Amino acid sequence: MFESLSEKLESAFKQIKGEGRITELNIAATVKDIRRALVDADVNYKIAKEFTDKIRETALGQKVINAVSPGQLMVKIVKDELVDLMGGTESTFNTKGNPAIILIAGLQGSGKTTFSGKLANFLKTKKGLSPLLVAADIYRPAAIDQLKVLGEQIGIDVYSEPENKDAVAIATNAIKEARSKNKNVLIIDTAGRLAVDEAMMTEVANIKSAVSPNEILFVVDSMTGQDAVNTAKAFNDRLDFSGVVLTKLDGDTRGGAALSIKYTVNKPIKFVSSGEKMDTLDVFYPERMAQRILGMGDITTLVEKA
Amino acid sequence: EKTKSGFLSKLTKAIAGKSSVDDEVLDNLEEALVSADVGIETTVQIIDRIEKRVAKDKYLNTSELNGILQQEMENILVDAPEAESYTFASTLPAKPYVILVVGVNGVGKTTTIGKLAYNFKKAGKSVLLGAADTFRAAAVDQLTIWSDRVGVPIVKQGMGADPASVAFDTVQSGVSKGADVVIIDTAGRLHNKAHLMDELSKIKRVIQKHIPEAPHEVLLVLDGSTGQNALEQARQFTAATDVTALAITKLDGTAKGGVVLAIANQFKIPVKFIGMGEKMEDLLVFDKHEFVDSLFSLENK
Ligand SMILES: Nc1nc2c(ncn2[C@@H]2O[C@H](COP(=O)(O)OP(=O)(O)OP(=O)(O)O)[C@@H](O)[C@H]2O)c(=O)[nH]1
Ligand SMILES: Nc1nc2c(ncn2[C@@H]2O[C@H](COP(=O)(O)OP(=O)(O)OP(=O)(O)O)[C@@H](O)[C@H]2O)c(=O)[nH]1
Ligand SMILES: [Mg+2]
Ligand SMILES: [Mg+2]
Repeated sequence: MFESLSEKLESAFKQIKGEGRITELNIAATVKDIRRALVDADVNYKIAKEFTDKIRETALGQKVINAVSPGQLMVKIVKDELVDLMGGTESTFNTKGNPAIILIAGLQGSGKTTFSGKLANFLKTKKGLSPLLVAADIYRPAAIDQLKVLGEQIGIDVYSEPENKDAVAIATNAIKEARSKNKNVLIIDTAGRLAVDEAMMTEVANIKSAVSPNEILFVVDSMTGQDAVNTAKAFNDRLDFSGVVLTKLDGDTRGGAALSIKYTVNKPIKFVSSGEKMDTLDVFYPERMAQRILGMGDITTLVEKA
Repeated sequence: EKTKSGFLSKLTKAIAGKSSVDDEVLDNLEEALVSADVGIETTVQIIDRIEKRVAKDKYLNTSELNGILQQEMENILVDAPEAESYTFASTLPAKPYVILVVGVNGVGKTTTIGKLAYNFKKAGKSVLLGAADTFRAAAVDQLTIWSDRVGVPIVKQGMGADPASVAFDTVQSGVSKGADVVIIDTAGRLHNKAHLMDELSKIKRVIQKHIPEAPHEVLLVLDGSTGQNALEQARQFTAATDVTALAITKLDGTAKGGVVLAIANQFKIPVKFIGMGEKMEDLLVFDKHEFVDSLFSLENK
């Protein structure tokens, strides 16, 4: 796919170069190829369409000066727009409070529990805070054990009530526990849930109202396909989350879901998770993500050849 | 109840009343397929085939076009070879029948094993589980809970143990106990990590020391909401372990799992199971007619 894309772009760019100026006609095929590349990277179909329409508007009428190849010009336009979109909103992380409360939510298996451990470790070692992890997943087999094992690895206490089947109560009880133990940040790990599961979505919304979190993070697997927009929108409708966490970026996915989510809910991506070990947490770099989605490696080399 | 209308329902609406297939119809078709994660390449192939057939047949109404589409899509989905297709109740081609379950992190391997064990047991088979995920925090505990829940025995060595050694023990125990089915859980691993993929090949080799034909099934579990990366997963796991079948999980959500069309198209691996929830009853044996049908269905279900 990417080979043929490269070939197509190469010939498209050569054509434009001969014409001196980007026009509706000479850009049509290029725009289509870029759109397909985005869709192949799992950017939502509709969003890829809107995005490339915008690219076309920006590119139209631009002079292709001899110094810059038209290919480079197009790539620059696409990349700049993408970085702009992926960055945009100022990303802060609010840990003020006694304790500050961070609520973690997302689909099943997205990486919430692992991320909870990583975040606790990060806040402890990098920010000098004393976190308490809260096991509010009362459904998944061995969910509490899993969080406990992670807590042990990083030397952070885990609050759990194995007999309690009320996640909201566990979360509120944990606040008291944090105060009595002098913990200044609470990280609440919740069960994975589908956006269409009304009862489960109500549960997490109830946790939110009960504890008034400083931050609500929506954890999403970077390998997610076209459905990412629906899920992100549904979680955002119920939780109005404050940020996104992209996980499993140590894989080789292009991660177009990141673009779709940002485009749909316009919430900042606050962290990226790239490994199973507790120290594999990073802040988000829009530029890197843009390059990844576009497969810039390939396209940049191609432009150099042109 | 969940609302989930077939992804082609929009298409069906868009072409209602048209008597021929024009660019607009084909664009709608492209959108519908791509939006279900079928991927550009397979989508283009499907459209090409439709275009060819339509040029020949010329006039079509909506239901005729739908029919052609369904046929094309069912043709892409491959069937398991007869020797490898089974129902839970049928006599299995080997005893013990060894199933090795593999896949990337968090897709639903352990849960699918719990569901398979439940189904085999319900059909009167004796099942043995092997806890060869010795890496992920509390993975052994999780599978142990499933073994209790279903009421089947488990072989485990604890966290940090050599997964190949656990797999070997499990197969050995399965043979000596005369188990009908042995199902081995493995740690989630991303397919681009060479050392972890090598570990999987090693697990397979060690199993073969005991039973040369085993594992009889290498089941690759894919998350139904995964996009085009699932293709790379299929490619790499097949290279490491010769995947024989797929299980697609989490199709109780709104994701369509269309990427299985792309995988079937490129790798000819059959889908055998579908995960429709977190409970042990929530496993379906894949039926390609029903699957394609569900993609077209207009009603919410
Ligand atoms: N390679 C890799 N694996 C990850 C990453 N984050 C999580 N995982 C793995 O993904 C799997 C699922 O992670 P969990 O943290 O259990 O996910 P979860 O969202 O809590 O899952 P549920 O509670 O079942 O909904 C585990 O095998 C983790 O080790 C990551 O960034 N990279
Ligand atoms: N809704 C839904 N959830 C599922 C399904 N299958 C698994 N899950 C959930 O997905 C999460 C991950 O499932 P696991 O079985 O732990 O996945 P895994 O592949 O073994 O994960 P690792 O061993 O960490 O790589 C759990 O919360 C499961 O309950 C399904 O078909 N539908
Ligand atoms: Mg969890
Ligand atoms: Mg597992």
